[in-house]
Amino acid sequence: MPEPLLRVERVSKRFGGLLAVDDASFAVAAGGITALIGPNGAGKTTLFSIISGFLAPSRGRIFHRGADITRMPPYLLARRGIVRTFQTVQPFAGLSVHENIAVGAHLSRRSRAEALDRAAQVASTVGLGDLLDRPAASLTAAGRKRLELARALATGPELLLLDEVLAGLNPPELTTMVPTIRALAERGVTIVMIEHVMQAVMSLAGQVFVLVEGRVVAAGAPASVVGDPRVIEAYLGHGAAARLAAAGGPNV
Amino acid sequence: MRQASIAHILLVVAALAIVPLLTASNVVLNFLIVALMIALVGQGWNVLGGYGGQYSFGHAAFFGTGAYVTAILQTRYGVNAWAAFALGIAGGALVGGAIGALAFRSGLRGSYFALVTLAFAEVLRIVASVVPITGAGVGILITLDLRAQAFQFQSRAPFFWIILALVAVSLVIVRLIEQSRFGAWLLAVRENEDAAKALGVDAARVKLAAMTISAAITAAAGGFYAQYFLFVDSGIAYGPWISIEALLAPIVGGIGTVLGPLIGALAVRTLGEITKLAIGDAPGLDLVVYGSMLVLVVAFAPQGIASLLAELRARLTRWRASAPERTNA
Repeated sequence: MPEPLLRVERVSKRFGGLLAVDDASFAVAAGGITALIGPNGAGKTTLFSIISGFLAPSRGRIFHRGADITRMPPYLLARRGIVRTFQTVQPFAGLSVHENIAVGAHLSRRSRAEALDRAAQVASTVGLGDLLDRPAASLTAAGRKRLELARALATGPELLLLDEVLAGLNPPELTTMVPTIRALAERGVTIVMIEHVMQAVMSLAGQVFVLVEGRVVAAGAPASVVGDPRVIEAYLGHGAAARLAAAGGPNV
Repeated sequence: MRQASIAHILLVVAALAIVPLLTASNVVLNFLIVALMIALVGQGWNVLGGYGGQYSFGHAAFFGTGAYVTAILQTRYGVNAWAAFALGIAGGALVGGAIGALAFRSGLRGSYFALVTLAFAEVLRIVASVVPITGAGVGILITLDLRAQAFQFQSRAPFFWIILALVAVSLVIVRLIEQSRFGAWLLAVRENEDAAKALGVDAARVKLAAMTISAAITAAAGGFYAQYFLFVDSGIAYGPWISIEALLAPIVGGIGTVLGPLIGALAVRTLGEITKLAIGDAPGLDLVVYGSMLVLVVAFAPQGIASLLAELRARLTRWRASAPERTNA
């Protein structure tokens, strides 16, 4: 069996008395879009932080193409092609949009001119082409999400970890952002996304992992996962699946 | 002003370079030499503080090391003054790298970093005031030897050109940093360290490199001080006064800009001299002036004088652009 692009093996993370991630395992093959869903506080972002090297796991290991990358610092992971975005956007507020994206482009380009060129190209693919000279601090919430995506993209990632890039966008913004993400996957970038916008998950993701209270409780294609009683209960409360079934079942 | 090109820099330097041809006044030259020396100290601070966002309160550690190494190597080991000066710069860089490695490895940021740098400078000052090699409380007098090969000159003009050349080199270095990948990474670390790391920036290494360059530039000013005044003691070399000058010049002039420290040093020093002439040289008066100036700049021009000039120029351009309309109306 070929080694998956990313393999998370029995990872746990404890913060004092709280077990944020509990023995989570999953694997992502190269190509395609994988969604990581689950209720608030399920440990999704914590898991992302562990994969991207910002947090050390209490137990367990992470593999990239079979190589153990557990506890590798974020900048080395980025150089391996594993790049994350942040749920709370983290723009370089004092720099322009162009300069922001160029920081990502510099990862594989020493020359300032080449990095700026690449940054301009990436900006136009995510719809920031007209805002290059604007200060990052002046962008709208949707613009900042795009900037977050553009910077990560400019590094030329192999595996992109997107932490709620669609959260807080209004419907028209969603309808432009979803195709942007799909286009990335079609160009060969493997994407793992944490997402609450189920409509986007259903239309984008090839496989879904459901994290509840730190554990992976369900995995599979989006349509099969949302009908899983454990998933319904996690979102709607204990006994919800049975009550829904009694009332005629959810429409899935 | 934010984007001062190499041509701008050369223009400014050339304009300053002709001053000794216009005046032989020792007062004027001495004033400019000290102001340029402060500009150099400030430019060092600017690399780390202005571009890297790491505010040091202890740049005296590097200034003093540059001054002491230059003085000690000459007086105690008979090393040529120019070589001693070069080694002083290397010594300052080494101290910067060492303090940086300790501070950044411990993850110190913001005010903690500022306090630790202050502490290192103070420790060095106290050590220098007691150990024999620095002349303890007495200090070191560099033997008078008015020859160019001893880095000593009869008149002030050569000193002026040397410090101006050092400032010019520092301006070019900072401009090159601005246009490099290292510079982009440094700004990224200043703006948001976690985001920078996520994009593949080795933040600790970038900060360490910035601190080493910063320390080397400031140490050059220290070595120059020793040659110009031919005297160093612990209060001068490692005293808080130079740490204050180091951050005041760039903050007043324009933090994170190429010409900010130079503009700031000239402005601060000019104001200091005017106060002295007007009120007399009461001890501590300069600090009162500096403090007031800092408050005014932070309140009314947080981006420094350089940004005010840029704003003025932008307004002038707009005013000129609208000139035809005004005449038509």
